[in-house]
Amino acid sequence: MSKNGQQIAVEGYSVDGYEFVEEIASEPGGESILSCAQCGTCSGSCPNVLWMDHSPRKIIALARAGKREEVLSSNSMWCCATCHLCTVRCPKGIEMPELMHVLEWMAIREGLVNGKVSAPAMQRTLANAVRRQGRVHELGLMGRFFLRTNPLAALKMAPVGLKLLLHGRLPLRAEKIEGTDQLKAIVKEAQAIGGGK
Amino acid sequence: MKPRIGVYICHCGANIAATVDVEAVTEFAEGLDSVVVARDYKFMCSDPGQNMIKEDIENLQLDRVVVAACSPQMHEPTFRRVCEEAGLNRYLFQQANIREHCSWVVHDKEQATKKAKALVSSAVRRVAHQEPLEVRTVPATPSALIVGGGIAGIQAALDIADAGYKVYLVERDPSIGGHMIQLDKTFPTLDCSACILTPKMSQVGSHPNIELMTYSEVEEVSGYVGNFKVKIRKKPRYVDESKCTGCGVCSEKCPWTADSEFDMGLGKRKAIYTPFPQAVPNIPVIDTEHCVYFQKGTCRACEKFCEAKAIDFEQTEKLVEVDVGAIIVATGYDAFDPSPIYQYGYKRLDNVITGLEFERLCNAAGPTGGRISLNGGTEPKSVAIIHCVGSRDQNYHEYCSRVCCMYSMKFAHLVRDKMGAKVYEFYTDLRTAGKGYEEFYNRVLEEGVILVRSRPPEVVSENGKLIVQCEDTLADCQRRIAVDMVILSTALQPRADAEEVARLFSVSRSADGFFLEKHPKLAPVATMTDGIFLAGCAQSPKDIPDTVAQASAAAAAVLSMFAKGTIEVEAATSVVDEELCSGCKTCVSLCPYNAISFLEDKNVAEINDVLCKGCGVCVAACPAGAITGRHFTDKQILAEIEGLLADTKPPLVAV
Amino acid sequence: MKQYSYFPGCSVQSTAVAYDVSVRAISASLGIELIDLEDWNCCGTTAYSSIDRLESIAIPCRNLALAEKKGLDLVTPCTACYRTFERVNSHLRIYPFLKPKLDRVLAAADLEYHGKVKVRHLVDVLLNDVGVKDIASKAVSPLQGLKVAIYYGCLLVRPRVAFDDPENPQSLDRLLESLGAEVVPFPDKARCCGGSLVISNVGLALSLIAQILESAHSNGAECIVTVCPLCQLNLDAYQGMVNSRFGTRYKLPIVFLSQLLGTALGIEPRTLGFERSIVSPEKVLAGHLQEGV
Repeated sequence: MSKNGQQIAVEGYSVDGYEFVEEIASEPGGESILSCAQCGTCSGSCPNVLWMDHSPRKIIALARAGKREEVLSSNSMWCCATCHLCTVRCPKGIEMPELMHVLEWMAIREGLVNGKVSAPAMQRTLANAVRRQGRVHELGLMGRFFLRTNPLAALKMAPVGLKLLLHGRLPLRAEKIEGTDQLKAIVKEAQAIGGGK
Repeated sequence: MKPRIGVYICHCGANIAATVDVEAVTEFAEGLDSVVVARDYKFMCSDPGQNMIKEDIENLQLDRVVVAACSPQMHEPTFRRVCEEAGLNRYLFQQANIREHCSWVVHDKEQATKKAKALVSSAVRRVAHQEPLEVRTVPATPSALIVGGGIAGIQAALDIADAGYKVYLVERDPSIGGHMIQLDKTFPTLDCSACILTPKMSQVGSHPNIELMTYSEVEEVSGYVGNFKVKIRKKPRYVDESKCTGCGVCSEKCPWTADSEFDMGLGKRKAIYTPFPQAVPNIPVIDTEHCVYFQKGTCRACEKFCEAKAIDFEQTEKLVEVDVGAIIVATGYDAFDPSPIYQYGYKRLDNVITGLEFERLCNAAGPTGGRISLNGGTEPKSVAIIHCVGSRDQNYHEYCSRVCCMYSMKFAHLVRDKMGAKVYEFYTDLRTAGKGYEEFYNRVLEEGVILVRSRPPEVVSENGKLIVQCEDTLADCQRRIAVDMVILSTALQPRADAEEVARLFSVSRSADGFFLEKHPKLAPVATMTDGIFLAGCAQSPKDIPDTVAQASAAAAAVLSMFAKGTIEVEAATSVVDEELCSGCKTCVSLCPYNAISFLEDKNVAEINDVLCKGCGVCVAACPAGAITGRHFTDKQILAEIEGLLADTKPPLVAV
Repeated sequence: MKQYSYFPGCSVQSTAVAYDVSVRAISASLGIELIDLEDWNCCGTTAYSSIDRLESIAIPCRNLALAEKKGLDLVTPCTACYRTFERVNSHLRIYPFLKPKLDRVLAAADLEYHGKVKVRHLVDVLLNDVGVKDIASKAVSPLQGLKVAIYYGCLLVRPRVAFDDPENPQSLDRLLESLGAEVVPFPDKARCCGGSLVISNVGLALSLIAQILESAHSNGAECIVTVCPLCQLNLDAYQGMVNSRFGTRYKLPIVFLSQLLGTALGIEPRTLGFERSIVSPEKVLAGHLQEGV
């Protein structure tokens, strides 16, 4: 069958979908994708499922159907709050948030991150701060994050920021630990072994 | 002398009492003719209820009992026993059904009470005309016939034989073992099928109590429970069983081959052959269609080389008659042939095979020595397994064949294990309801088997690959998956000759074509014909654990009969008054149970008490009115009708 | 005095400084000595796991390596930090092949970790090391029927924890009841507040926060007790945004467990950090404190 000349791509010779699953399964935390019975308990439990392009169950089904791009470019894993309600209820013992994080990592690695989500930028900002200073400085973090992603949004958050500032909950100065060299060494070695940006 | 009738109205908890005014009915019963006592009680079938009846029989010298309660199907045997225990013949009891026929179907209390009174009145009038009848017992022959030498037949045979009774095990094929011996590994434990079956087969072959008749078929069954006469036709093997040593030289030297049925046509066998090396008995047969001696009169190589001089081309078929008390039908199943499903390409496209064919390929003793290979000889790099072929399908079989999900996953595991090839399983629902089955599914998932929830509409060939087209219902997308081999998980269906076999043994078949059990829950191994039992897939598709359990259940039912040693004959049968019989023979052909024979010398019909079920057809049909249905005499039936209509106006005048 | 290595975590020193202050204030009375882990670094929470899988283990592991040298249990009041450290330990347990990689990375920083640190959440220490009876016996100023909704938060009890049920936790109910509070039913007590998604997907987080506030409010709570800095921040600082977005009028003070404990233990309220709350607990607690806030 076809639509507008477009055929369904055949898996098994040039387009082999299952490699995607094998790749996910080779990553610690991703091996549980093999155990899924597609029951839908995770999706039904997820407080954020309505914000997701595809429910958690669907993400696994798509991954198994070899839909690499669709999975990695979806916003689903970026909506995951890591609350583990799914984990507790999954009849096959799958730790879904871990699996979601693996997909996040793969999405970043392959440059397929959904353009509409800002979570990756936030994570990157936080990670860099920690690598450099060993501590997270909220004010600086927020500043950098909003500038990067959506300065207008910063305006919306300003009242909250102001209130926190006035209650002494947003220190103005960033702290730095003594052992920043150790952190640098850790980061360098980790990147040398495993790759990642 | 007027009868002395005791009437007992049961409340049945609230089942009757909530709708029928039981006190009013009791009061009404008290006023009926010949009723000495009428009582009501919450549960007549309970111990206190039963004792009430017994005490009244003794103290009030009752000679008839009526219980108005549930359906006689439920408790007639119970109350009959109560009467007998109190010294009253069981046929002097009558049960009025004021539950299923009254309180459960009439909602208006007034109407229900009125109807209950009519039913009680009817039973009271009838019971007055009932006579005591003698319950006869006949001895049961303590030997069993088991038809079918698969795992069901083997298990039942061993159970009965081990208990010390004689068993005739008849098997159509040259060896016992059925389909199970064709399998490679069995789920979920992955036990090698032959390893677990051959010891039992060997036991059967050498058991002193089992007379094994292979390459034989049942020709005719007559008689009745406890006393069957069975004619068995032993087909000629053309090998003298008493001389053959099973050395196999004849097969070796035979120059003529044929497709091996045992290997599903994937391999060859000789014209003189044993179907497989572990055959029991290990005695070959000559297939006359492919034997050149029988076709053209030449060769005779086997005879030349047989050191034991066991070849006997002159052998003829033998007809054997045996007497048995019980028969177990364990004839197994046929595998569905998917040829009619054009779109799956079976026998049309290369490398599309069925489940049993795969079992033979996978089996180390199979035609390829256990190597799963494609037609060209290479190993497949990817395999598709399609579930539900011929099952759950209005076009073929509506039922689910129960074992295919498990055996499909078993195949998946074996393929992964042997070759590491990719395996795609196409399923609609996964049925893993058995001990250890869900755990097997988890294992298969972890082994990386790819499950696609879809029922593929077709398999096509493209660029040397087989393409399975499907809609992945979970990922919500269309997929075309290229594989090297497609395995069709075919249904289990009734044997091709199930109709003849059913007729032979007087068993019925259910809508799906399998043999019909007496009751799926209350009597799953019995049939409507007393003394004939079912076991295994002949009754419905099931896995090996359930087959073995059912076989033992059938054996237990048989052993229960043997242990008792006698059969009780229901006395409510029909009897011919020879004086009145005109010899017209009308009744003989009408009897559905073949219970009436014609005595030529006396020119009268005679009814076999044990075969007769008391259905009454002959009674109604006899133009001379020469047949009486015991316990259903005209007087009794008319009294019943009178009782029902006693309350109508104008009142019915007694005949 | 039982000694513990203390890991406050970044939030507890900034947006949740009230938590830090009140924890330190009550520790002496409860017989626990919290020794700050020297030169601790941010655990990284879930941010790292998408950036670099190995770093997501190694960065928090630096703290564990430092703590291992002290030989004490590592206590943290922050649920996110607790889970991050737990993840390090469980990963090492479940994926043994990670250990050599981790060892190499830590060695580059002159550190080593042998998996020996027991990471505890403050709640665990309070319930199981100090004990409800002990705390109750030390209470001098019972909470006199203060209606509290105990917000456990999601990560405290999930994916698994030894001291409570992942769907219907009750351990803290007992503690607060023994201190005289009236614990109201709170169906959303272990549901997620959105955590850090309040930054990257504020709409999503606000829906979750609104649901939690509604659940507590409709069951008659006068205040919500939390044990996680992120939860407190979300429920407290964003309550105003919830009200303006959904047209609600919540005025639920969100207090830390340690603050309420301190109150019950008779500790000077001024030292418990109540003034840091955006939604002021002053009115609600006024009737229950010996001295006003």
